[in-house]
Amino acid sequence: MSLIDERPVAATPAPAAMALVAPQIPAYAPLLAAVLATGLAALAGLLLGWSLVAVVLTAWALLVVGLPAWSAAIEGERRAKDRLVTTVVWSTFALAMVPLASLVWEVVANGHAVISAEFLTYDMRGVLGAGGGIYHALMGTLVITALATAISVPIGVLAAIYLIEYGKGNRLARTITFLVDVMTGIPSIVAGLFAFAVFTLIFGPGVRLGIGGAVALSVLMIPIVVRATEEMLKLVPEELREAAYALGVPKWRTIVKVVLPTALGGIVTGVTLAIARVAGETAPLLIIVGTTTTLNLNPFDGRMATLPVFIFSSVTTGGKYDAEQTARAWGAALVLVAIVMTLNLLARAVGRAFSPRTGR
Amino acid sequence: MATSIDISDLNIYYGDFLAVEGVDMTIRARSVTAFIGPSGCGKSTFLRSLNRMHEVIPGARVEGKVVVDGQSLYDPSIDPVAVRRQIGMVFQRPNPFPTMSIYDNVLAGNRLNAKRMKKSEADDIVERSLRGANLWTEVKDRLGKPGMGLSGGQQQRLCIARAIAVEPQVLLMDEPCSALDPISTAAIEDLIHELKSDYTIVIVTHNMQQAARVSDDTGFFNLKAAGQPGHLVEFNATSKVFSNPDDPSTEAYISGRFG
Amino acid sequence: MSTTTTARSAPTAVSRRGDAVFAGLATGAGLLIMLALAGVAIFLIIEGVPAISASGEQAYGKDNIVLYVWPLLFGTLLAAVIALLIATPLAIGVALVISHYAPRRVARPLGYLIDLLAAVPSVVYGLWGRAVLAPAILPAYAWLADHLGWLPFFDGPARTGRTILTAAIVLAVMALPIITAICREVFLQTPRIHEEAALALGATRWEMIRMTVFPYARSGVISAVMLGLGRALGETMAVAMVLSASGIITIDLISAENPSTIAANIALNFGNASGTKINVLIFSGLVLFVVSFAVNFLGRWIAARGQVKA
Repeated sequence: MSLIDERPVAATPAPAAMALVAPQIPAYAPLLAAVLATGLAALAGLLLGWSLVAVVLTAWALLVVGLPAWSAAIEGERRAKDRLVTTVVWSTFALAMVPLASLVWEVVANGHAVISAEFLTYDMRGVLGAGGGIYHALMGTLVITALATAISVPIGVLAAIYLIEYGKGNRLARTITFLVDVMTGIPSIVAGLFAFAVFTLIFGPGVRLGIGGAVALSVLMIPIVVRATEEMLKLVPEELREAAYALGVPKWRTIVKVVLPTALGGIVTGVTLAIARVAGETAPLLIIVGTTTTLNLNPFDGRMATLPVFIFSSVTTGGKYDAEQTARAWGAALVLVAIVMTLNLLARAVGRAFSPRTGR
Repeated sequence: MATSIDISDLNIYYGDFLAVEGVDMTIRARSVTAFIGPSGCGKSTFLRSLNRMHEVIPGARVEGKVVVDGQSLYDPSIDPVAVRRQIGMVFQRPNPFPTMSIYDNVLAGNRLNAKRMKKSEADDIVERSLRGANLWTEVKDRLGKPGMGLSGGQQQRLCIARAIAVEPQVLLMDEPCSALDPISTAAIEDLIHELKSDYTIVIVTHNMQQAARVSDDTGFFNLKAAGQPGHLVEFNATSKVFSNPDDPSTEAYISGRFG
Repeated sequence: MSTTTTARSAPTAVSRRGDAVFAGLATGAGLLIMLALAGVAIFLIIEGVPAISASGEQAYGKDNIVLYVWPLLFGTLLAAVIALLIATPLAIGVALVISHYAPRRVARPLGYLIDLLAAVPSVVYGLWGRAVLAPAILPAYAWLADHLGWLPFFDGPARTGRTILTAAIVLAVMALPIITAICREVFLQTPRIHEEAALALGATRWEMIRMTVFPYARSGVISAVMLGLGRALGETMAVAMVLSASGIITIDLISAENPSTIAANIALNFGNASGTKINVLIFSGLVLFVVSFAVNFLGRWIAARGQVKA
């Protein structure tokens, strides 16, 4: 403030005084307000015997009202609003983290105790109470997901190539783009019903087949692969294609040798994410693949167990061995989450390793 | 309503990297001061430190003093938001708000402080600012149209109108003509001449002829070597810098005999 | 001379054939997608149509198919809409934290964290909702029934945590990472020059966000919400595992009697269904397909319209 006083008064005309100094609450004010609010709420909670939830809610309410009020008194309305929004935005973040943190914690805490060599290498044949494992479900998930990938990736990548390199906005391409959009929104259970309807018409009623699950998952996976590939192909600079054409390289070789390699990292990332997404799908497999207690590696021969359906049926059958079944469900959930997370991290690593060295 | 700026021993960092080192200068009120120099020498960085816009980039910080109107900009009691209000800025690429009309673009800054403005008052500000930016006659019949519909030069003058609508003391311009064609550039240069009577103007330019045409004082920034911080080589009256510079490297740069 | 001509023309012929084959393959893949989608619709209709005449025992004791599907549709919409009411503001807040509030060093890992959470399989969310959230939230429902019981939503009695509100919360938690991820992307794409324009005019951070980020991101946020809604409508396992459903129509969110959702109902009953009951369930799936198609279509239409304006 003293700076204003030292200013040579004659240097500037009177009405043009610059107000650069604004009264501010100290930098530690938000922290102080948070501590005060928590303290007050905790005190009230202790005196009145509130639950922890009530204390947290009160502390939050005090902070959301108190800090902006303090700011409004000293810094003015605009700054107060800015601080209010900042507090609220960070609060939403904290609130959103509560269930997510709880989920991760519960999966790890309940799951790790179950995991053992037996759990990973035995199936559930003849097991009623404790014991048994998820080997059959693990293998079933691997087989069906691999099949779905084998169906989806060629179709998805080729369709994306058509959309970007050949179709270029003609009517067929626009229709396909629209249909891919529609497919993205297909509820997973509807994909299961579709596979069931198809296979029922072919093989008769009551059919349960692993390959049907792969078809259902493909319906969910193809649009993801198309989208990811499309995005990556769009990023390939037109100059690169023109450079190849100018050298007399035919179009298909340009695509195979120049465009696809440039986009490869992104496509692999997209495909890996798509695999991660369908590996955890439950509903379609429940409909068309069912589940079983023994190992079945043949997708053309009857029911197969998969991890997601294993979790679902363990929890929902209930009965005498509910505790053991729920424990196994947590164990399977931890394994499934670990698989999905590994795929996601892998996708990121691949994406980073292949990404062209540009900013952003 | 214009003020001088005193800069003493200013260092600007990005994280640990010293980008600009040891700048001392006094920017005179109601004059045009130009900064020239090769790319990457820190002249834009330095310009942004004059209204604390460099802070927008994470990790950027400043040591030293910038004194405006007797107040040190980097004093803890200073409110950066108030600083930017008093020291307006025009950017390299025209950046009118795309969702706003021409009218609303001009008033964007004013609306921040006065939520409820009288219609007549708002109309006055819009007309005065657009006239000040030599844009009024071109757009007065389509004030409700989006600002993005204008030509590049018109958009840049709209941005100048938006900056002067809040009646700042100083106008900082960061290569305002680099994205414009020669005719639009001439229009902006004319405008700078007219604005000089009311504002202290600081302009960064790549174009030495432009610096020679529009400015009263010129500062030449340079790098000692690649990877070294940028520094102010010479700061003198424009006529002197372009005819008889003190420093041989300045002469080398303006005569085109530069690296 | 003739040798050079053939040498030159031979690769041309090969490359032409290569071009034709490759173009054919690509077009074929595109057509296959069209066929697949047409197949989804056709097969569902073939297997769903017999349900239209179903009644009585074949329609799970309902007089006709409409009476059977309507309560399920109601439950589906109710759960999804509540989920979105919870998730949208939270997702926008979280996205803002990552895009504009958190220091950059923190923001990047937070973004990864949210992406990873989007990848958690729905069956795991279902397990968590059933085994962790439902028992934990029961006291809150009891409190709501005691203190806000005069509102029809909280009529109670609160005897179980496995209510439609719990299912909606689980759906919200599941939709949150998806909506957040899209919102974050559009927020981050706000042109820097516009943000700086606002800041240079003396805007606070919030004013800058309101002036530049929100107008720029509006259509993106709407399509994110619509995508989240589509996801919540079709989500099966979480609801099937969490909800203790009795198939009635009520807006009481915390009682033990809850409406079921189409997807959860199919999942729970398909294993035991036979004969026309299968057709009835497939018909309900067709209804779900149409509804989620409509929601997705609407979302895209709004997004496209917004883009034209901006």
